[in-house]
Amino acid sequence: MTRRFISPFQLRDYGILGINRRNREYVSRYNPRRLFPLVDNKLLTKQTVALAEIPTPGLICEVRQQSEIRHLMDHLQGHSGFAIKPAKGSGGKGILVITHRDGDVFFKSSGVALTPEDLQRHVSNILSGLYSLGGSADMTLIEDLIHVAPHFERFTVEGVPDIRVIVCRGFPVMAMMRLSTHASDGKANLHQGAVGVGLDLATGKALNAVQRDQTIEVHPDTGEDLSTLEVPDWKDLLITAARCYDVTGLGYLGTDMVIDRDRGPLLLELNARPGLSIQMTNGAGLLPRLRKIDSLSEAETRLSAEKRVAMSQRWFGGLH
Amino acid sequence: MTRPSSLMFYLLVAAIVTAGLIMIIHRHWVYDIPLIPGESRTIWSLEAKVSFVAENGPVKVSLARPSDQQGFTLVRESGASPGYGLNFVEQGSSPNGRVQSSPRAQWTIRSASGAQELYYHVDLMESSAPSLRAIPAPALSPSEDWPDPYRTAIEAVMKASFETSADNFSFARELIKRFNQEDAPQNVRLLKRAYQNRLPQLLQEMLNAARVPAAVVYGLELEDGRRRQNLIPMLSVWQDGKRHVFNLSDGSLEENKPLLLWEQTGAPVLDVMGGHDSGVRFSMLRREESAYGVQEEILPDDSLFNFSVHSLPVEEQAMFKTIFLLPVGALVVCILRILVGVRTSGTFMPVLIAIAFLQTSLVTGILGFLLVVGTGLAIRSYLSHLNLLLVARISAGIIAVVGIITMLSVISYKTGLTEGLKIIFFPMVILAWTVERMSILWEEEGPREVVIQGGGSLITAVLAYFAMQSEIMRHLTFNFMGVQLVILGLVLLLGSYSGYRLSELKRFTSFRKRV
Repeated sequence: MTRRFISPFQLRDYGILGINRRNREYVSRYNPRRLFPLVDNKLLTKQTVALAEIPTPGLICEVRQQSEIRHLMDHLQGHSGFAIKPAKGSGGKGILVITHRDGDVFFKSSGVALTPEDLQRHVSNILSGLYSLGGSADMTLIEDLIHVAPHFERFTVEGVPDIRVIVCRGFPVMAMMRLSTHASDGKANLHQGAVGVGLDLATGKALNAVQRDQTIEVHPDTGEDLSTLEVPDWKDLLITAARCYDVTGLGYLGTDMVIDRDRGPLLLELNARPGLSIQMTNGAGLLPRLRKIDSLSEAETRLSAEKRVAMSQRWFGGLH
Repeated sequence: MTRPSSLMFYLLVAAIVTAGLIMIIHRHWVYDIPLIPGESRTIWSLEAKVSFVAENGPVKVSLARPSDQQGFTLVRESGASPGYGLNFVEQGSSPNGRVQSSPRAQWTIRSASGAQELYYHVDLMESSAPSLRAIPAPALSPSEDWPDPYRTAIEAVMKASFETSADNFSFARELIKRFNQEDAPQNVRLLKRAYQNRLPQLLQEMLNAARVPAAVVYGLELEDGRRRQNLIPMLSVWQDGKRHVFNLSDGSLEENKPLLLWEQTGAPVLDVMGGHDSGVRFSMLRREESAYGVQEEILPDDSLFNFSVHSLPVEEQAMFKTIFLLPVGALVVCILRILVGVRTSGTFMPVLIAIAFLQTSLVTGILGFLLVVGTGLAIRSYLSHLNLLLVARISAGIIAVVGIITMLSVISYKTGLTEGLKIIFFPMVILAWTVERMSILWEEEGPREVVIQGGGSLITAVLAYFAMQSEIMRHLTFNFMGVQLVILGLVLLLGSYSGYRLSELKRFTSFRKRV
């Protein structure tokens, strides 16, 4: 019993945040319900953050109605790589990434070939709400393919690594990078077997790496030493994440970003109920950091993003 | 970290729970209802609903009433019938003057038209005391003159039965047996076809022709919470002042369910003069009362301020008996999700499945659930190739589920597993959605997640079933409204729990190594 479980008192001593506390004391306290559509709909997120000039992946087209599906191929003319996404999908559900095409044959990153009919069916499924919360009708976004920055190529297979930063009241509190693996089918979801690497807020360097809750030293597919991983232009990326608070008003945010070979850091999506696995990748609990943010005054949350990031880096960076 | 409103919150919860407890104690003291089901007498509340269409003139309705008998003692009875005069007649002769009739309720009105509904309500106490009153044997009816070719068939069956029997009772049993044989002989099959609507009467005539006193009586199988039930015709046979009642389906008395003889003498159950399309349906409900309360005959308080569910007609009360169990199921889901962290597909789907289990019994229910969802997943995997729109696909799913359930029912019936028939109690639309969700889960997250969420749902459903099925829960939720408030208080408290879930103690084990 004691070997398979950890005592709740020990968890509390480490400052681990549990789901119940996250929901009650952070999500429902800092995220007003009326603001949820901003993050639950990727199209709205895109439009909102564009106001603050936060870059996002380029939009090829949007499909709102089943009748528009017939013209899908016209829109995709001349695009060899793209991602089809449901606007209201959660947890990466329903995202179809095409890395290259050969005439009318489309290839996923895993090498699986798809016909135009397959793509149309996928869009049709998205529109009827297959991937949306509660099965409500949805929209489809088709975005430019993101190219892995050369810096990260050796750390990932079949997918683009993304960087998750938890931002509480505008202050970055914890960050990690998610690397896709064969096991995760090119997806960057930790519970599907992606590798999570905790990042030092001060430097953007790897702290600790985890796959399926087990600490690992090297990437399981590429064999690269994960401790050498480092995110370039780290401070700018944190500032972009912090600014998402100013533009959305959501006090407890998970910001997902990617670094594109050509365009640099791009905001992929925002999450109003970010998961708890980030604590494992960092080997640290969120709670002490969140308590620190809880104690800040309203005025401090209105400081500029640059100032807030500097404060966060001082408080939470290099703790290990 | 307490929020300023948390004191108010805890006061509110305390107030709700206290109010609930006060209501429970009040009901326990004032109405003397026991807190634990054992220490009480079982009362069956039965309600007969007579409906007919009046013919715009005087109406006279006569309905048989049950009387004290083996196993049951009559506690109280009443009738509800706006505008009608109501009389409880104790004994009398039945309209054909042949037998002494059982007690009857008589409604009369000078003029009525249109659809009419009359209610008769009786409370019977289960008792082990033997019946004091013997029912005398009726006079033999004059010999029936059956038309050919039936007469020869009847005589052949009677002769065969007579030869293999020793007395009146065994003769009756032999007769009934012959009519229930799997491969009945030609003449019995002929009779069954010709007399299919009045088989009990034919048997009575045959017994009378052999000079055996017999009567067709009507019984009611008592089962908690049943509504719109019919009486079952049975055969009462006399010998030397003793009487035995035979079940027509197998020649014996059914032992597992209590059986009440509504009409014991052979008189018609319902007589309506001045109306047509008449019928009578029965609802029944089991509840516990202390022996003291039964003797005191505390009548329900009919004042405007008596908002208790127990002032509703039995038919509605029977419905509430199940409805009151829903909060118990919801509480189980809350505990499992908030404290344990079980993952289920659909938040309250397990409660609905648990309610279906209440009707089907557990093993049948689980097997049925697995079969339906398993087959559904197989069909759904084909549907996913057809490139259908979501709404159409779910509708196809519903039709597939209906088909599977029909097939399973027929197969189980043909193979003699009548238990399997109860599968029709499953909520089909919910099952169709479950299949759809599981199938998406399968495509997106793989079979492992399907097993986790499906298993979680099933475990939750089984635990909710055990909570809702327990005798003490049924007793408490139905007899004490206050229990609902206590559950509400618990649910509110659970909603404010921000500690760790049991599953998180496992999920975060890796932190243990960092000591």
